[in-house]
Amino acid sequence: MTCDTWRERLDAYIDDSFPPEELNQLEEHLRVCPSCAAEALHRLKLKHATKAAAAARFAPSSEFRSRIAQGMPSRRKRLFGDLWIPGLAVAAAILIALAGSSVWEWHAQRQQALAELVDLHVTTLASVNPVDVISTDRHTVKPWFQGKLPFSFNLPELENSPFRLLGGKLVYFNHAPGAQLLCASGKHQISVFILQGDWKFALSGTFPASAREKGFNIESTRSADLRILLVSDANPGDIHELAELLKAAQQP
Amino acid sequence: MPYFAQLYNFACWLIGDRVAAEDLVQETMLKALRGFSSYQQGTNFRAWIYRILRNTFLTSQTGLKATASLDSEDDALPEPATLETPESILLVRHEQSAIRSALESLPIDFREVILLSDVEEMSYQEISQALGVPMGTVMSRLSRARKAMRGLLTAASEGVKR
Repeated sequence: MTCDTWRERLDAYIDDSFPPEELNQLEEHLRVCPSCAAEALHRLKLKHATKAAAAARFAPSSEFRSRIAQGMPSRRKRLFGDLWIPGLAVAAAILIALAGSSVWEWHAQRQQALAELVDLHVTTLASVNPVDVISTDRHTVKPWFQGKLPFSFNLPELENSPFRLLGGKLVYFNHAPGAQLLCASGKHQISVFILQGDWKFALSGTFPASAREKGFNIESTRSADLRILLVSDANPGDIHELAELLKAAQQP
Repeated sequence: MPYFAQLYNFACWLIGDRVAAEDLVQETMLKALRGFSSYQQGTNFRAWIYRILRNTFLTSQTGLKATASLDSEDDALPEPATLETPESILLVRHEQSAIRSALESLPIDFREVILLSDVEEMSYQEISQALGVPMGTVMSRLSRARKAMRGLLTAASEGVKR
């Protein structure tokens, strides 16, 4: 292995993430190569210096600490206005949750799921690399997920439809892996999440067929044991049409 | 609240404004409370709550602007040309201010991965969960981020020399 190859892996070494089975080899190289050893030392020093410079650089004020401890909202104008729920509602929600209310649990799960889906969609659109496999060909996109997901799914032929496949990537939703596909409908982009439908609210059928969250339309459908969720600012009719195509593609 | 001070520090680094960081942390805590029933006991709580904070930031106006202005993954930030390490001079003389300034200059996706790795000392697995990207992406992004950081420090040290 050349010095360049070792250097590409020095970050893993200084982060204590180097494969143990190769550690001896690397350390042997560092013993005989002063140049690589110096490089490793510089990187390690920079890592430690970064921690010293950036950790606890900003400490919360005592006023903010006490405000959080009291669970009360700020009186200032907030940046995240739509997301705020008043302090009293939070206190009530916590009390209800502590009392073990299934209604609260269901509501919280549903709201969290909707918010997380929208977050994933927005983050994808904001990313410089929105998808990991870029292709309009379903025969390229579907096989890319092989070995990455504990389930399989089918993609419809979109050639004669108003939709275009843009690509896909692996996502984690509700702590489980799933597929996120990106489709275009005119100038709108639609995220399609294909997940295993074994989470509580999916099985109980309480996840809404359609919903609106922060201005985005969300549609949910099921096919066999898969849950298909679509998120977009496109109109609900277009989203529904794509959902139906996806659902039909899962039929044997 | 676990990780309260660390979340606030991380939020300040992301958003660059103390007042906005307070709102971001407050919002993160509300979301965490609302969604706590979805948190699976035994999984990584720290990665879970950092992910909530980060997603909240990304969907805020500030976050959207920050990510929209990002360059491509192959950022054209200067890299150190040789093993000569002018940053070592800075580490001694102007270490903290130089590093802070370099961190602030990094694109947001580079800054956050360095903060999670070097400041929060998260494992690659934890960072992967917090950022919602595969481990391979964490490793390559961290490597590019550190190169960019070294490039900025090199450029800063050349400015000091002049």
